[in-house]
Amino acid sequence: MELLEFFILAIFVNNIILTQYLGLCPFLGTSKEKGVAFGMSGAVIVVMLIVAIVTWCLQKYLLTPYELDYLQTIFFIVVIASVVQLLELFLRKVIPPLYKSLGIFLPLITTNCAVLGVAISAQRKEYDLETTIYFAIGMGLGFALALALMSGLRERLRIAHVPRSLEGTPVALLIGGIMALSFLALKGVVL
Amino acid sequence: MNLWKEFSKGLWEQLPPFRILLGLCPTLAVTTSAENGLGMGIAVIFVLTLSNTIVSLVRDFIPKKVRIACFIVIAATLVTSVELLMQAYTYTLYQQLGIFVPLIVVNCIILGRAEAFASKNPVIPSFLDGLGIGIGFACSLVVIASIREVLGKGTWFGISLFGENFEPFTIMSEGPGGFIVLGILLMAMNISSAYSIKKKQHITDPSVLVEKGQKSTPLTNVQ
Repeated sequence: MELLEFFILAIFVNNIILTQYLGLCPFLGTSKEKGVAFGMSGAVIVVMLIVAIVTWCLQKYLLTPYELDYLQTIFFIVVIASVVQLLELFLRKVIPPLYKSLGIFLPLITTNCAVLGVAISAQRKEYDLETTIYFAIGMGLGFALALALMSGLRERLRIAHVPRSLEGTPVALLIGGIMALSFLALKGVVL
Repeated sequence: MNLWKEFSKGLWEQLPPFRILLGLCPTLAVTTSAENGLGMGIAVIFVLTLSNTIVSLVRDFIPKKVRIACFIVIAATLVTSVELLMQAYTYTLYQQLGIFVPLIVVNCIILGRAEAFASKNPVIPSFLDGLGIGIGFACSLVVIASIREVLGKGTWFGISLFGENFEPFTIMSEGPGGFIVLGILLMAMNISSAYSIKKKQHITDPSVLVEKGQKSTPLTNVQ
């Protein structure tokens, strides 16, 4: 039951995009079509999980014992860049069909602030390894949820009549605002 | 004259985050008060100017294949120094900005300018380009943050503006306000650029106007 509670908090109440405002570039950039949005979400969940595990071990066994905490940002971003590279190579060799659907999104993830954000906030909250894994999965699912909702709305919007000055990004931002408003209502939820 | 152009394009023609839609996370997340917006803006000016300068200095020594990784490491080094400086001198601001200080490293503007400009141009234009874009970004942040703070809290840089009877429009200083303010500002810019094109060219046919308007304002495409 505790696990369910943790996931509900991570996905809905602390949704990474709509209540913490991380990962907004892919939220607006890859939400024009559902297929693209699902591909991006899948890639983000996988990378986020691997990065969270690797950075946790790095922090525990390298940075903290040798008092190198101030190098956290540099180490973490290098980990993200290399995980993304390796995953790209691995998928291309081993699972080509998956590479075809996720491959083009992988390079974009290096500069996705949601991934680095999750790695750093897991450290700042001082989670243990198990909680870090759940945290990363929950945050990744929250990212997927927000992106799925947004892409659905934007596909619907294509046949709607939008004023010319609002077309494209401005109307997407306004929709994002209203979605964030509805997620804000969940803030008081106590399980 | 040319150098002035490199500097000034960041202030209007390519003003982030309005003209080039990059760096949205800090734009929406930290602009809850004008002070936070200004602090974030100054940090970005520092990192962007120096990263552009350094990337431009080493651009001939970096192999093409690993250039992105090199740019990221340069940016990360600068961000770490900003973090340490902020911890030392402006600790309250550092705590308010929270996780968004280390996240400057994945701000698309930094990598975007390094890749698109600094890796192809000499040092002085790159320096000016970084400075101009940085100042433009900082100004935009202060504008957005001011709107949100005045509406959401009735204060500006912490100074009370309307006295005690003001009922704050709280949603503006919460997250959704950021999306809504940015959306409305983008809409205003679309309207103004459509209007200025109309004025400049005296076009009466609306279909031509749409075409020209979309060409000169790449607002509708993210990245």
